[in-house]
Amino acid sequence: MGRKLLLEHLNKANINTMEGYLQNGGYRSVEKALKKMTPDEVTEEVKKSGLRGRGGAGFATGMKWSFLDRNSGKPRYLLCNADESEPGTFKDRLLMEKIPHLLIEGMIVSSYALGCRTSYIYIRGEYMFILRILEKAIAEAYAKGYLGENILGSGYSLDLHVHPGAGAYICGEETALIESLEGKRGNPRIKPPFPAIAGLWGCPTIVNNVESIAAVVPIINDGGDEYAKIGIGKSTGTKLISASGNINKPGVYEIEMGISVEEFIYSDEYCGGIKNNLELKACVPGGSSVPILPNHLLLKMSDGNPRLMTYESLSEGGFATGSMLGSGGFIVYDEKACIVRNTWNFARFYHHESCGQCSPCREGTGWMERVLHNIEYGHGKMEDIDLLWDIQRKIEGNTICPLGDAAAWPVAAAIRHFRHEFEYHVKYPNRVFDEDHVYQPEMKMQKV
Amino acid sequence: MTEVQKIEFSPEAMLEVSRIVSHYPQDKMKSALLPVLHIAQNEFGGWLSAETMDYVARLLHIHPIEVYEVATFYSMYNTKPVGKILIEVCQTGPCCLNGAEKIVSYIEKKLNIKVGETTKDNMFTLKTVECLGACGYAPMFQIGETFYEHLTEEKVDMILENLKQEKLKAINN
Ligand SMILES: Cc1cc2nc3c(=O)[nH]c(=O)nc-3n(C[C@H](O)[C@H](O)[C@H](O)COP(=O)(O)O)c2cc1C
Ligand code: SF4
Ligand code: FES
Repeated sequence: MGRKLLLEHLNKANINTMEGYLQNGGYRSVEKALKKMTPDEVTEEVKKSGLRGRGGAGFATGMKWSFLDRNSGKPRYLLCNADESEPGTFKDRLLMEKIPHLLIEGMIVSSYALGCRTSYIYIRGEYMFILRILEKAIAEAYAKGYLGENILGSGYSLDLHVHPGAGAYICGEETALIESLEGKRGNPRIKPPFPAIAGLWGCPTIVNNVESIAAVVPIINDGGDEYAKIGIGKSTGTKLISASGNINKPGVYEIEMGISVEEFIYSDEYCGGIKNNLELKACVPGGSSVPILPNHLLLKMSDGNPRLMTYESLSEGGFATGSMLGSGGFIVYDEKACIVRNTWNFARFYHHESCGQCSPCREGTGWMERVLHNIEYGHGKMEDIDLLWDIQRKIEGNTICPLGDAAAWPVAAAIRHFRHEFEYHVKYPNRVFDEDHVYQPEMKMQKV
Repeated sequence: MTEVQKIEFSPEAMLEVSRIVSHYPQDKMKSALLPVLHIAQNEFGGWLSAETMDYVARLLHIHPIEVYEVATFYSMYNTKPVGKILIEVCQTGPCCLNGAEKIVSYIEKKLNIKVGETTKDNMFTLKTVECLGACGYAPMFQIGETFYEHLTEEKVDMILENLKQEKLKAINN
């Protein structure tokens, strides 16, 4: 069994209440940080831990914190990104729903390190039931003196609030999140300036994912060096993976970075193998935005060694043969899953979620959706496949925010690795599906 | 038949609005817009009419257009009336791998409406939405603040019947 740092107490009685949380060692990091450490010492531990942002981009958290403008004379803000809308990702939800105090504890220690007087948790509007859980836990924390004026007599004061979004994937992008928190449409801002210089209301701001902030708790409790002992290379610590799709045991798993992809899919501790004894066909390992990989590239790297669940290993080979760890939204496809249908589905998603500011993204996502729809429903032409390739290439890198790339990459990867399925759809428009949208046997992936 | 409803928050809602407004600096009241629109939608029949949006604008001391542009951007705000029970089925990839499309067609047949439509008795509206963060528990839908997961046709029947009875009871009381 791998070590658990975040979900260790998941199944303890009353862990969602202050009482239960304290019984399991809760809020120790607040005592330690606020009474015995300076803010810079807290940041130093986070740097030592090697923690990388768990929201998708994997940027070093300690480094990001050091960019915060501490001399502007303006208030500084920490915003927790609980927008969690990347298809395939449902890990932050588990953490907040079951162990809300872990996030609150992490917010207190992180806000202390950054010198914030007020911090916000921006949570997607559909998670209103979790907002209520968090608000209840925050009230408990105020009552116990972990929030508010002069926390535990340390002289440090902090207010923490939860702010709901209202159904917009783009608000997970950090500058869109800030716009949304200011009461506006979620249109990403042109960078620079970066939020660390001018973020919420023009003030220096750090945006971090729920899981990143929760990880600060074990890092302060046990020290950054201890955290860095888990994992391989620049992928330290544990990672929450949300596993979905055609597997026996979908759910959220905390893994030690560095276990193999094969173990994650097939061992009973995690996904428990492919459902209905079917073959593994493909996987999107890091949320809908990252490239899909066929089974042979998924389980092994280009040098023949097993592919591991780390930032480096999953991206080994670049997009030619690799993908990304991303948000840890691990979507598994069995041999009957239709890659064209899935690609169309994701294209529809990005078209729907594009904020519309940049023409390549606004027009390109819609165009890709229409072309893919045509192919999927038997009206495609062979040229359409190259057309798709062309559209996605023109979106990538040409937009204000990375949603454009996120829309382009899945299409590119699907064509790169599964071109034969697109061609098959064009050639045999009437033969592809049975009535349940499941592939006919002859389309099963060749065993590799 | 359209009910004429006076657009004014109940005292409880008003209290909640003040609590929310207090979360932001005094000169940043506009930040309360998204949470206050959620309250408004709950208070005034599950959707935001122009009157409701104007009312919210007055409360937060902002221009009505600032409310309209937000209300039309975010998918959770309904700018047209919806039935008493709004069913929002997740239609994104991971859910589709586990039968989301079949659940949508089942509900369409059962209620005799298409996605986007409301039943004649104004009880149900069916909508498809994008990933709700329940991909491992598919297929699923959200009704109000509740997630219903691992759906089957039998479960759908039961859930919808129970909610309908609850609504009817509430109306008769
Ligand atoms: C379109 C888009 C959607 C995103 N959605 C999320 C999200 O739901 N949650 C999240 O934590 N980060 C999301 N991100 C990444 C954030 O912009 C940001 O990098 C992250 O919150 C930083 O936190 P971290 O450093 O702790 O990972 C998204 C980025 C983009 C471009
Ligand atoms: S890339 Fe798309 S989502 Fe991002 S700013 Fe441009 S139009 Fe908006
Ligand atoms: S895909 Fe349906 S909840 Fe994520």
